[in-house]
Amino acid sequence: MSKTKYSALKVLKEALTGHKGWEPAWRDAEPKADGYDVIIVGGGGHGLATAYYLAENHGITNVAVLEKGWIGGGNVGRNTTIIRSNYLLPGNEPFYEMSMQLWENLEQDLNYNAMVSQRGIMNLIHSDAQHDAFMRRGNAMLFADAGCEYLNKKEVKERYPFLDMDNARFPIQGALAQPRGGTVRHDAVAWGYARAASDLGVDIIQNCEVTGFNIENGKCLGVQTTKGDIKAGRVGVCVAGSSSRVMAKAGINLPIESHVLQAFVTEGLKPVLDNVITFGAGHFYCSQSDKGGLVFGGDIDAYNTYAQRGNLPIVEDVCSGGMAIMPMVGRVRLLRMWGGIMDMSMDGSPFIDKTDIQELFFNGGWCYGGFKATPASGYCYAHLLATDEPHEVATAYRLDRFRRGEMIDEKGVGAQPNLH
Amino acid sequence: MIINHPLLGPRDSEEFVYLGSADLINRPTNWESEEAAEDFYQYLYIRENIAGDNRELWYHEQGDQSWLVVTRCTLTHEIKSVELAQDVSRAQGRSK
Repeated sequence: MSKTKYSALKVLKEALTGHKGWEPAWRDAEPKADGYDVIIVGGGGHGLATAYYLAENHGITNVAVLEKGWIGGGNVGRNTTIIRSNYLLPGNEPFYEMSMQLWENLEQDLNYNAMVSQRGIMNLIHSDAQHDAFMRRGNAMLFADAGCEYLNKKEVKERYPFLDMDNARFPIQGALAQPRGGTVRHDAVAWGYARAASDLGVDIIQNCEVTGFNIENGKCLGVQTTKGDIKAGRVGVCVAGSSSRVMAKAGINLPIESHVLQAFVTEGLKPVLDNVITFGAGHFYCSQSDKGGLVFGGDIDAYNTYAQRGNLPIVEDVCSGGMAIMPMVGRVRLLRMWGGIMDMSMDGSPFIDKTDIQELFFNGGWCYGGFKATPASGYCYAHLLATDEPHEVATAYRLDRFRRGEMIDEKGVGAQPNLH
Repeated sequence: MIINHPLLGPRDSEEFVYLGSADLINRPTNWESEEAAEDFYQYLYIRENIAGDNRELWYHEQGDQSWLVVTRCTLTHEIKSVELAQDVSRAQGRSK
């Protein structure tokens, strides 16, 4: 078990003594014969965060995180690393703002350098109607203490002279910015939570695929896995991207479709973009990594898929969006592109809830917004698993909200998951 | 992806708009019954979300504007068969 405290002094000491004092950051565990109080299915960012907060906030340390592959190999390692809390609706905004506050203290809480960079995020405005909509959103953000800033055309141009201000189709009128938004080193989030959870006694079990649930008389008693049956007082599924596949093993169909979202990174450039810029009208957003590559993305491919790769029409669509608003990227070579599978829910918002099966809980439906939610998702899911009550900022994320007609439809497009 | 249109031959999937599962053809007709609210809830919001061969609706927006039922593997993107949605619907006993 790693109890090593990471610090500049430790780095210096190790540098001078041949780096012989470093230990594995977390314990690679095997399942306990007598089971666990809580089993988390899915060793991604949300699952590891849930395990950490169960141990840290609620003192529940007899916990296992089961991961089919290796931890952090799914969407926490595939996203475009952006954090923000610029949501509109009351069911969402306080939750994402809590997540932002957890990001702000994440590195101190975990003693792990996750490279949290509050470089700011800027949503471009192109029309009067969009201007009004963003003013409304900005006010919602101010109500939730998320903070925001309006930039007029001149201010946008001064900061980012490479933008095509007078684009014929989408001339830039201004922008709604959230200075506290930014980026985080995504893999480090998984590793940091894993290390901190492992230190508190959580078992992280890799290469352990859940193949079924042991359910008797409507109560979940444990899981079947490729490493044998494991008993559990409570099971929390947390496998966004594969939610329908895993929950189907418990006989539950979800209000979710799986779609692929592609992401892209260019060769390294000198510092040129010190912010996250989103061009919603053209389905393109971009930031620059600390290595210098422009990291960008756009729309989902818009057909059901579980293949972690997309198709070329969206590549063209995203790149043409980039060319339209930032013509200076034209000569930059694309280095890599990849895809991740999104749980696209019917209203674009997630779920953190109980299920109809006793002691079986569900967290998923994060659409393409799961990464920024990681800390709050883990925090609220741990709260629900430990206390049977939803956390106050996550009360709207119920599985039955469509039946009740209480959707959290941030984009107002209705039950059409490929349009969110 | 290339969709082999039954009338027009192989067409790029870019010409199409995707709607979702072919189950969406089966809109409940029992709107006056006790179970209607539940049936419409299941129809509108709940998805099987199959990993494997999935029957789904594609609309040839930039072509002949026909609806197709495409059987496509969601794990590999391989298209197994393409039918006119009209034929599928009529074979199920619907009027159109």
